[in-house]
Amino acid sequence: MKNSIQVKGLHKSYRELHVLKGVDFEVEKGSIFALLGSNGAGKTTIVKILSTLLKQDSGEATVNGFDVISKPDNVRQSISLTGQFAAVDDVLTGRENLVMIARLRHLDNPRQVAEDLLTRFGLIDAADRKSSTYSGGMRRRLDIAMSLVGNSALIFLDEPTTGLDPEARIEVWKIVKELADNGTTVFLTTQYLEEAEQLADRIAILHEGKIIVNGTLAELKKLFPPAKVEYIEKQPTLEDIFLSIIGKK
Amino acid sequence: METIKNYYFRDMGVMLGRSMRHVSRSMDTIITVTIMPIALMLLFVYVLGGAIQSGTDKYVNYLLPGILLMAIANSIGYVSFRLFTDIQRGIFERFHSMPIARSAALWGHVLTSLVSNIISITVIIIVALIMGFRSPAGVLSWLAVGGILALFTLTLTWIAAIAGLSAKSVDGASAIAYPIHFLPLISSAFVPTKTMPAGVRAFAENQPVTSIVETIRALLFNQPVGNTIWVALAWCIAIMIVAYFFAMRVYKRRK
Repeated sequence: MKNSIQVKGLHKSYRELHVLKGVDFEVEKGSIFALLGSNGAGKTTIVKILSTLLKQDSGEATVNGFDVISKPDNVRQSISLTGQFAAVDDVLTGRENLVMIARLRHLDNPRQVAEDLLTRFGLIDAADRKSSTYSGGMRRRLDIAMSLVGNSALIFLDEPTTGLDPEARIEVWKIVKELADNGTTVFLTTQYLEEAEQLADRIAILHEGKIIVNGTLAELKKLFPPAKVEYIEKQPTLEDIFLSIIGKK
Repeated sequence: METIKNYYFRDMGVMLGRSMRHVSRSMDTIITVTIMPIALMLLFVYVLGGAIQSGTDKYVNYLLPGILLMAIANSIGYVSFRLFTDIQRGIFERFHSMPIARSAALWGHVLTSLVSNIISITVIIIVALIMGFRSPAGVLSWLAVGGILALFTLTLTWIAAIAGLSAKSVDGASAIAYPIHFLPLISSAFVPTKTMPAGVRAFAENQPVTSIVETIRALLFNQPVGNTIWVALAWCIAIMIVAYFFAMRVYKRRK
């Protein structure tokens, strides 16, 4: 099986709103795939269909070799979803959140799994604090850590960096790259072009219910007029300044 | 899939443990479901009790069944609230994308409501015993009382589930609790209905809480339960089935 995700002719409407009008794409195993699109383009709808939270009106979707409609339990067994909003339990501590997910995935040693992930995500000092006291970046890290419990072959990250400060965003990027290096397939949605450029092996653009472009960054660049050679003085962006002041670059 | 069925009760146990932490870490919940009913019991017995003609020697004996129902009624707004927050925060989506039975998340909340009420009711009964409550009832009668209280809890929990699952805001989710808070007040829970004006009395005598209170009282004091127990059971079971049906419909439609 070469592809983790295979989607053909996907249609989905919410009452009169026709969100997906025949979406086709494939995601190669072990790659990072970025789905780009503006707000309301239907990125989350695709994620929800692929993670069995929503049923398509027509078309086929296969995840890790299993059809999302006829084999939802097998699909769920092989994926992890990190939704658009950090789905962590605020009342529980970071550690308790991870132990809970490890128990629900029926792992042998939930406490050890939690401990390892807390260390890996730099949350060990905050492990026994209620997650409601975490910063946005920490919540997102915990959220992603919860999705890594059980080492799913495919992980969905729905706008993982929306609302994060630049520092936290770079941390999330690092995590995503590490995931792919370890062989996990990552399906990422984003509205930030730079994010797709930084991370993705393949980029697809969803516009008005269809995938209008799909390819590697190099392929996408070829589709458009060649780059003009101009000599300009490179001014640091505000982001460069911010990151160098706080000592992260 | 086979494995999901095998783990059903274990998964539900994890869900129960999680939301029990929500209960035990919320001072507000503990105050409303345990301390408030105890405070009301103290108030009614030691402040108002002397002036209330309940027809029994010890007013606490008369009052306890009503206080227990009130404690349960107080708890159900929190059921809606907890369900609503789970949906709004995306916790349910996370659970539903995992290989666990779809209904485990919802049943976790229902069980939490049952278990937390068992705990608060036990505490209230202990306080009542200290205040002089005594019952000649045997084990079987107590078991029957426990069964009726559990049924009442489940009935209200499923009503709360509809609100929690379909609400658009936190306020909407908890609003369901208010009319339910009033039911024990307009019943024979605190005073006999015979002194009430005709209209109020007709309502009080024919609403579910009165039949439940009367049944528990009869069971606790070895009096004949007569038809009341059947009326009480019919109310609870009928409302519970309807509420369960609607709650499940809303739950499935959320997908």
